[in-house]
Amino acid sequence: MNRPALRANVMSSDESLALPGQLSAEEKTARSPLQPWRIAGLLLPFAFLGLMELLVRTHVVPEHLVPAPSSIVETLWQLGGDRLARHIGASSLRVFAGFVIGAVVAIFFGAAMGLSRRLDALLDPSFQALRAIPSLAWVPVLLLWMGIDEAPKITLIAIGAFFPVHLSVVAGIRGVDRKLIELGEVNRLSQRALFTRILLPASLPHIFTGLRTGLSLAWMFMVAAELIAATRGLGYLLSDGRETGRPDLVFGAILLLALLGKLSDSVLKAIETRVLSWRDTRTGNSR
Amino acid sequence: MSAPLLDLRVSDKHYDTRTILERLTLSIERGEIVSLVGPSGCGKSTLLRILAGLDRDFNGEILIDGKPQQGPSSRIGVIFQEPRLLPWLSVADNVAFPAGPRRGGDPRVSELLAEVGLAEARAYLPKQLSGGMAQRVAIARGLFSEPDLLLLDEPFSAVDAMTRMRLQDLLLSLVRSHGTAALLVTHDLDEALYLSDRVLLMTPSGKTGAGRIVREIEVSVERPRDRRDVLLARLRGELLEGLGAVAA
Repeated sequence: MNRPALRANVMSSDESLALPGQLSAEEKTARSPLQPWRIAGLLLPFAFLGLMELLVRTHVVPEHLVPAPSSIVETLWQLGGDRLARHIGASSLRVFAGFVIGAVVAIFFGAAMGLSRRLDALLDPSFQALRAIPSLAWVPVLLLWMGIDEAPKITLIAIGAFFPVHLSVVAGIRGVDRKLIELGEVNRLSQRALFTRILLPASLPHIFTGLRTGLSLAWMFMVAAELIAATRGLGYLLSDGRETGRPDLVFGAILLLALLGKLSDSVLKAIETRVLSWRDTRTGNSR
Repeated sequence: MSAPLLDLRVSDKHYDTRTILERLTLSIERGEIVSLVGPSGCGKSTLLRILAGLDRDFNGEILIDGKPQQGPSSRIGVIFQEPRLLPWLSVADNVAFPAGPRRGGDPRVSELLAEVGLAEARAYLPKQLSGGMAQRVAIARGLFSEPDLLLLDEPFSAVDAMTRMRLQDLLLSLVRSHGTAALLVTHDLDEALYLSDRVLLMTPSGKTGAGRIVREIEVSVERPRDRRDVLLARLRGELLEGLGAVAA
């Protein structure tokens, strides 16, 4: 019979193991067409600043409303490296401490509420109500409770970072594919192993989105924290500029906030890309 | 005579008010390959989920070697319709998943990957695999804990016809070399007849429309089998007749 012929035919359809080679080639071609757009994306804000400079210099935009970018940079320069570094350092440290505390507590509560429907039903209404409180409303309360030291500032920032992370952890755990959970069940994983080996890694993409949102909120809450009772930091610089009628100082602080926010997000995004390199997402799209 | 490897008795199984399975018995001997065929919705997959220990809400009992079993058993391996590989683990770590976290270095992983023809792929991530490769990894994982019985839920339904035939031959050689019994749920009559020692035809029957095993066919064709064997074709006709009786 011609069974051997059939087998040969079958063997020839063997899926090639050269797949990863193809993949990396694909990645290379996928990266290059986007490269000019990435560079353009970085240049866009600078082009905007250049345009503003032009508009202010030609008096299309009055200088008392928007200082020329060059005079903003000059103001920052005059502050001096030391003072500038002190302001930036103070704010960054507060954001870092507050963000880490808020995120850790949020992951703890989020995991507990993601795993237990009862706990979720019990705590969710309270958390949603707390989430609705605006950052500025916390300021007097925290000042009353904690004084004017670092503690209330870091607490406020932690509150800001808490809610997005908490929400993402709960949603992430709830969204894990039932099929993967069943795989854990047939392998008789304990509750704890199910969490660390399936639920947590599977919800990491969600959690990272929450962490990035939480980080940007931490920066915003930092400004609220420093608007009152601070002698250092970018929020202080902002309110100082406002009180002394110096728009250049206000805009300088805004620029620095934008820059630091972008930088810290880039760091987190780089970590995300590394940790989640297993994700099967589209990379080869140049549109 | 000693107890069979698996003995299942389901007196009934309900979803809400609907009866899914009724008065159903099934036993599998060591090393035996059994297929379960039948129309969609006849309860084949439910039966498999009960055996896998994923569904405990039924009246009846599962005996393994004559001892009652509740919930998932280490002696039963499951291969799902989709590979269900964990996308964040390498192929090797996926195969060793039953052993614990990141146990891809286990020497048995290399053996099994070589057996399924993926020795080169141990460091790959699931996203780099084709559908057929991923299912081969899933088969290796199913065999990793050396189960006595492998449950397979339409394992080759998502791959192309050529890959399916290769995977069938692979499965056959693996379960026979490991002495593993297998219960295969499938839509594909040819697949059932080609692989099995016994084919069970399950159909919704009686007033309630609950699934029952209505016909049992012994496939006594010598292995290796020819997919166009005359006897297989005759048995296929018999199965179709059984299915037709339901449709009529």
